[in-house]
Amino acid sequence: MSSELSVKHLLGIKYLKPEDIELIFKTADHFKEVINRPIKKVPSLRDITIANLFFENSTRTRLSFELAEKRLSADVINFSAASSSVKKGETLIDTVNNILSMKVDMVVMRHPNPGAGIFLSRHVNASIVNAGDGAHEHPTQALLDSYSIRERLGDVAGKKVVIVGDILHSRVALSNIFALKLQGAQVKVCGPKTLIPKHIESLGVEVETNLKAALEWCDVANMLRVQNERMDISYFPSTREYVKQFGLNKRLLDSLDKEIVIMHPGPINRGVEITSDIADSEHAIILDQVQNGVAVRMAVIYLLAAKIKQ
Amino acid sequence: MWQSTISLMSRKVLLDSNQLNIILHRLACQLVEKHTDFKETVLIGIQPRGIYVAERLEKILKEEYGLDDIKMGQLDITFYRDDFRRGEKPLEANKTRIDFIVEDKCVVFIDDVLYTGRSIRAALTAIQSFGRPKEIELLSLIDRRFSRHLPIQPDYNGRQVDAINEEKVKVSWKENDGEDAVYLISK
Repeated sequence: MSSELSVKHLLGIKYLKPEDIELIFKTADHFKEVINRPIKKVPSLRDITIANLFFENSTRTRLSFELAEKRLSADVINFSAASSSVKKGETLIDTVNNILSMKVDMVVMRHPNPGAGIFLSRHVNASIVNAGDGAHEHPTQALLDSYSIRERLGDVAGKKVVIVGDILHSRVALSNIFALKLQGAQVKVCGPKTLIPKHIESLGVEVETNLKAALEWCDVANMLRVQNERMDISYFPSTREYVKQFGLNKRLLDSLDKEIVIMHPGPINRGVEITSDIADSEHAIILDQVQNGVAVRMAVIYLLAAKIKQ
Repeated sequence: MWQSTISLMSRKVLLDSNQLNIILHRLACQLVEKHTDFKETVLIGIQPRGIYVAERLEKILKEEYGLDDIKMGQLDITFYRDDFRRGEKPLEANKTRIDFIVEDKCVVFIDDVLYTGRSIRAALTAIQSFGRPKEIELLSLIDRRFSRHLPIQPDYNGRQVDAINEEKVKVSWKENDGEDAVYLISK
């Protein structure tokens, strides 16, 4: 196995090779051990400065990245669009170049526009980590999801995973599809027809509109949030009807003749895509996902930093 | 192809399996002399190759001194090294396994070859993540003297070797490399 990533930036899972994912997971295993020590910090990246640029709201991802960076001893600067010159009309390249002139080596960016990370990687001289670009990709989320499946079920290859909910607006869904397929899992998507993109079959996934049938089939169900903030029109008649057809509850889970693993990338809308009793049950690995997120992000940052020339 | 590679490199036996065995027994004996019952002492093999020395010593201490419950761990120093991004390849990590408390214990680091001392410097930082030992000692099977970059010396020493920088000292173990021996390899 190579000890180096094939890429200089993490812009999307689409650009990774299976060996890259394997290397990230193997490295994350070591960092998972590190973050369970009494002192959860290693000095590897003490000469690296990382800018976290969040042009879109985030709690979990921003905290997770920041913690990962600090546990690697990197210097961290944070930036959120709400309190910045972006509001005054500065372009993305100008904003980032200004930040980079302060000797920043790596940029972790979340942006509402798909492809923002790719665009930036072509115009600025720093390693870019995509922390979510519009409805395009959210690679570290997909990596930590696969890592959590691997941890719970031993392997990702050959597993059956269904992604339920708002597939159309979800970068988590797209990155997860790429990641799972790359590792040899079988993937179905399930949700209202209006929230499933046309031609999604071309990514090698099957569409299932009956939630019970999808759950009967799968080993893992990844429940996504309905992204109301990205919806310009009504995609389903009412939340009540959505819950009835695509909400996961205890009765439905008990009616299956097997145990499945429940995942959720957060934030949870309790009572919509998933009920509280399921979200807090032992079937759910939602909090494991959050813990693994720090280890996986440490691995990604460590491996990308190794490629930055001194 | 193979032959030409071999003829370019010369390989000299520094220690054969018999000599190695005698040295390991002497080191085990020295450890017992200092630490007696090992109640307050833990052994830490430094990854990747110090762990083999540590395992051999543990075996001798168990079989010949009846010390059954010695605490032994493995420490990986990759994330603490000072040459991250200076080498050509990223530094790949190995497993760290320390499932006991090092706080207030006497820690003995065990490594196969002591060369520049930088690994041990990293190990001194790494072990602090697990607590504050009362004392740290260093046991090295081979001490490449006169080649230190840092003021670090072993407390227990298998064999001192004079080797120039172009040369490599390779410790082979039966369980891993097929035989017990120490070689001096020069290009």
